[in-house]
Amino acid sequence: MNGFFDIPSDLQHSWSGLIGLHLREGLLPVAAGLLLALPLAQLCVRFRWLYPPVLGVTTVLYAVPSLAFFVVLIDYTGQTELTVMIPLAVYSLVVLIPAIVDGVRSVPEETLAAATAMGFGPVRRYLQVQLPIAAPAIVAGLRVATVSSISLVSVGALIGNQGALGNLLAAAQKYDRPELAVNSVLTTAVLAILCDAALVLLRILLTPWMPRGTGDRREPAVRRARPEPEGATR
Amino acid sequence: MNVLDFAHAFFSDGAHWHGYDGIPQRLLEHVRYTLLALALAALIGLPVGLLTGHTGRGGNALAFIANAARALPSFGLLVLVVLLIGFGLLPVMIPLVVLAVPPILVTTYEAVRSVDPSPVDAARGMGMHESRILLQVELPVALPLILSGLRSAAIQIVSTATIAAYVSLGGLGRYIIDGLYQRDYEKVVGGATLVAVLALLTLAVFWAAGRFAVSPGVRRR
Repeated sequence: MNGFFDIPSDLQHSWSGLIGLHLREGLLPVAAGLLLALPLAQLCVRFRWLYPPVLGVTTVLYAVPSLAFFVVLIDYTGQTELTVMIPLAVYSLVVLIPAIVDGVRSVPEETLAAATAMGFGPVRRYLQVQLPIAAPAIVAGLRVATVSSISLVSVGALIGNQGALGNLLAAAQKYDRPELAVNSVLTTAVLAILCDAALVLLRILLTPWMPRGTGDRREPAVRRARPEPEGATR
Repeated sequence: MNVLDFAHAFFSDGAHWHGYDGIPQRLLEHVRYTLLALALAALIGLPVGLLTGHTGRGGNALAFIANAARALPSFGLLVLVVLLIGFGLLPVMIPLVVLAVPPILVTTYEAVRSVDPSPVDAARGMGMHESRILLQVELPVALPLILSGLRSAAIQIVSTATIAAYVSLGGLGRYIIDGLYQRDYEKVVGGATLVAVLALLTLAVFWAAGRFAVSPGVRRR
């Protein structure tokens, strides 16, 4: 296609520059979400009554459409990257908190008892036993959060060109060049798929004791009683 | 002024409650887009999910397709489709259906796959036809999970259907997009509140549907 990578100069970035920007705006919120979700999830595991209200609040926040979230935040943080990243971080919580809570809860009692008997304190037990065993579930949550975060960054184009690759969409309309919109959609999708693949790789590296291959696809003969959304063998 | 003040100002303004741009009209449009997109997505996702779940074949292909569909940005897809085929209802339905099919498809597949094999074998031993096994044994047992897939698809459609306003259609997104360009935060906050409330109502509807449709024997487990 003619001028596929010919980015209009008013975007002030090259194609690769837009990719870098997009990754930063998409991945930093997920990282922030993870940092926030870990202690919150631990609180929910420790105090069971806390879990339903936390889940309720995050679900309500998740229902707020991203565009509205952006526009409301402009009042506080201006038309900046931060305005795009805050809602994405909040959205990631709704996926990450249940993933971590379910993962940590799925650690068998005996394993915890064994760790305690070996003299592990609560902190070491959490870091060296519970988190590694919960890793597949946490990574599964991270995958969903990352893919949706990367695809939502584009909406930021509506609030003063803060949408990285999404800005190409506005440019495609302004200059009547549909190939820029094709470029935006395809590049965003490929970025999301690559990040997803990187997380699968991370899970394989983090959990060397689990079977390789497609990993979370179980054998056809084995049917579990209840499918966990994470699909990891425990 | 904080967000609550904006919301209060929006809802207490009588002009927002009737007419072409009134809340009932926009709400109705939003619900119509949502139902249409959900119906189309269910029409694609449910039969494919039920069949692949029943036969147990094609799970990997399904996961791949669902992942690829998830990776497509809804907003980008909307703009692209509008550029290619012009304005209308169809360009809005395409991204919404692409958004909603993966959760329905994957959850339905997983739900049917995870049905306890012994009643299925018993049904087969009693001479039930495969289609009756699927519809009368596997479907009722898998229903709670299938409903949860439909529910998450519906919530995502409700909150994403706001983009219809970006391509000159109605719906609650009208308030958000218009408010953005008119620098009218009251409108934006009001629209966002309405969408969030609609999403909660959707949750309630699915909860009620679950109570009504899921057989008591399955629910108790």
